[in-house]
Amino acid sequence: MNLILAANPFTPGQTGTPEAVLFWILAPLAVLAAVSMIFVKKAVHSALLLAWVMITLAIFYIAEDAPFLGIVQIVVYTGAVMMLFLFILMLVGVDSSDSLVETIKGQRVMAMIGALGFAVLLIGAIGRSYTGFAGLTAANTDGNVEGLAQLLFTRYVWAFEVVSALLITAALGAMVLGHRERSSERPTQRELSILRFRPGSKLPGAPLPNPGVYALHNAVDVPALLPDGTPDPSSVSRVLKARGDVLDTKAFEMHTIEEGEDESK
Amino acid sequence: MSEVQQLLGNDPGWLTLVKALIVFVFAVLMTLMSIWGERRIVARMQMRLGPNRTGPFGLVQGLADGVKLALKEDIIPKAADAVVFVLAPIIAATTCFMSFAVIPMTGKVKLFGHETTMQLTDLPVGVLYILSIASIGVYGIVLAGWSSGSTYPLLGGLRSSAQVISYEVAMGLSLVAVFLYAGSMSTSDIIDAQNKIWYAIVLFPSFVIYVISMVGETNRAPFDLAEAEGELVGGFHTEYSSLKFALFFLAEYVNIITVSALATTLFLGGYHALPGLTFTESWLGGYFTFFWFLAKVLAFLFFFIWLRGTLPRLRYDQFMKFGWKVLIPASLVWIMLVSTLRVFSLQGTSRAYVLGFVVGAILLGLGASSIYDKTKKRKAGEVAALVYDAPDFAVPQLPMSVSTFVVPSAAASKESASE
Repeated sequence: MNLILAANPFTPGQTGTPEAVLFWILAPLAVLAAVSMIFVKKAVHSALLLAWVMITLAIFYIAEDAPFLGIVQIVVYTGAVMMLFLFILMLVGVDSSDSLVETIKGQRVMAMIGALGFAVLLIGAIGRSYTGFAGLTAANTDGNVEGLAQLLFTRYVWAFEVVSALLITAALGAMVLGHRERSSERPTQRELSILRFRPGSKLPGAPLPNPGVYALHNAVDVPALLPDGTPDPSSVSRVLKARGDVLDTKAFEMHTIEEGEDESK
Repeated sequence: MSEVQQLLGNDPGWLTLVKALIVFVFAVLMTLMSIWGERRIVARMQMRLGPNRTGPFGLVQGLADGVKLALKEDIIPKAADAVVFVLAPIIAATTCFMSFAVIPMTGKVKLFGHETTMQLTDLPVGVLYILSIASIGVYGIVLAGWSSGSTYPLLGGLRSSAQVISYEVAMGLSLVAVFLYAGSMSTSDIIDAQNKIWYAIVLFPSFVIYVISMVGETNRAPFDLAEAEGELVGGFHTEYSSLKFALFFLAEYVNIITVSALATTLFLGGYHALPGLTFTESWLGGYFTFFWFLAKVLAFLFFFIWLRGTLPRLRYDQFMKFGWKVLIPASLVWIMLVSTLRVFSLQGTSRAYVLGFVVGAILLGLGASSIYDKTKKRKAGEVAALVYDAPDFAVPQLPMSVSTFVVPSAAASKESASE
């Protein structure tokens, strides 16, 4: 018996009122999201709409007495797969929209064949369930999770292992493609700090000085003054220097008394 | 179907609504109090006083801050994607409350004349449900980072999504041992299974891995890399202000409370009393069990605050390495051990076999660690070869010689400038 809808018992094969209400609210939303997923311009919006479709599917599964399937749908698809998708899309930036140029040759034909194959598979699977229909109560006798586990690890163990081998191969392939051999050992923190203090080292032993002339002009575009009054170039960001946005320190330098008098004349 | 599931199945609709309201109010109140508590306790750890002006002991400081935050100007940056920018905090704040639905807070009690337990619903896959809700909650953070249309939030969002996904793997693996021992994934069954002894003791490694990964999962210090203010300003919420920021704030604290409550449920016996004090469970018509639940959750909250007061933030690459190369393999090995032992105990294998297996496993572990140490020692030798001669200038020079390197160059530059 379903726990969420436990207060409203219904006979198997018939849709209960709460289930119908749930369906008629969520199904149009899911369809709308699925359709607009194709038509929205930004890739991230598409991804979000797809995530919403997946969540509604999960809610349907749970309402149909398959709580484990519903939850796993959210954890795996919404939580992991879509999140990775989003992760990549985010790197593209806010304003970019999808390029509609097809880069793979024969993409459409291949997609058509794939869709056709998938449709045949779906029709076959759903059609078969009409002949050998055991019913939910029979499937959930030992509990929903236990029933699934029993099927997965006895009858379908071979398919399960093959799929996992395929996934592991794909993951390994991705790792091999993404792997980059280091030509030399990476220096450790200890080695780096030893290097910093060696004579003639170009790395600074201490953090770089902050920009700005204390008390007169503390912005990042003015180099700090060394004790002798000369500006320290290492205190200003390289970016600002390249842009030519660095101010002259002249106006902010403090003068010794004699020099100040000399210059005022 | 367990007793609790039957009890909850008989709840009338209005009672479920009342309980939902209670859960919501509890989470919000806990948030306000834990913000106050955190500030006071961290202050005490840093030899300060903390907020002590608003109300007795500064108790309503959280409320005052919340009102102030709500009255601030609400800004949506020009570069932001407005729809997603508004959606993100809503996702973060709604999902954090949802996971509380399956947390049992008391034993059997009477509420408005109905016998029930303080738990909204009990799913046979309750713990997985919490994990799934947490994975939706990440969307809030990620989308906030992306939709702000600015660099630091994007980096913060990327970091936190990577972080939460990796630590959710470790967290899920640490829960597997609990499922194996309890024989169920429903929260109430897991609590019942701990009647004899807490899983924190039986499954100590799992408990440790869970506690570490729950800190990583909630983006809290020392794992708060998503909002490392020294590197990323505010991280994913840099561009947020007013109520939207308040929602993120709320979500963070409710998440902390949720993971603490989950840890209590899975490892510390939930609402049950400490061993030896079980007679207290019938006090106040069973409502006293709520005190035990609250005490355990508060202990975890204190632990969170203690961590924040003690540990410096980790470097990002070290943090990810720790998750993938230490926590996940360690929990995989542990799960294999636990499942083998579980099969032994279910089959009634003789003590000698079990002992032999345990000793064998320990020896194998020691052997592996000694081999690992040997490879490490070889590396240490390589580093020793890299140690250079003592540097000439490791310390600043004495003040007497300072004049020799500054004054002449200054005079020269001044002269050249005046010409």
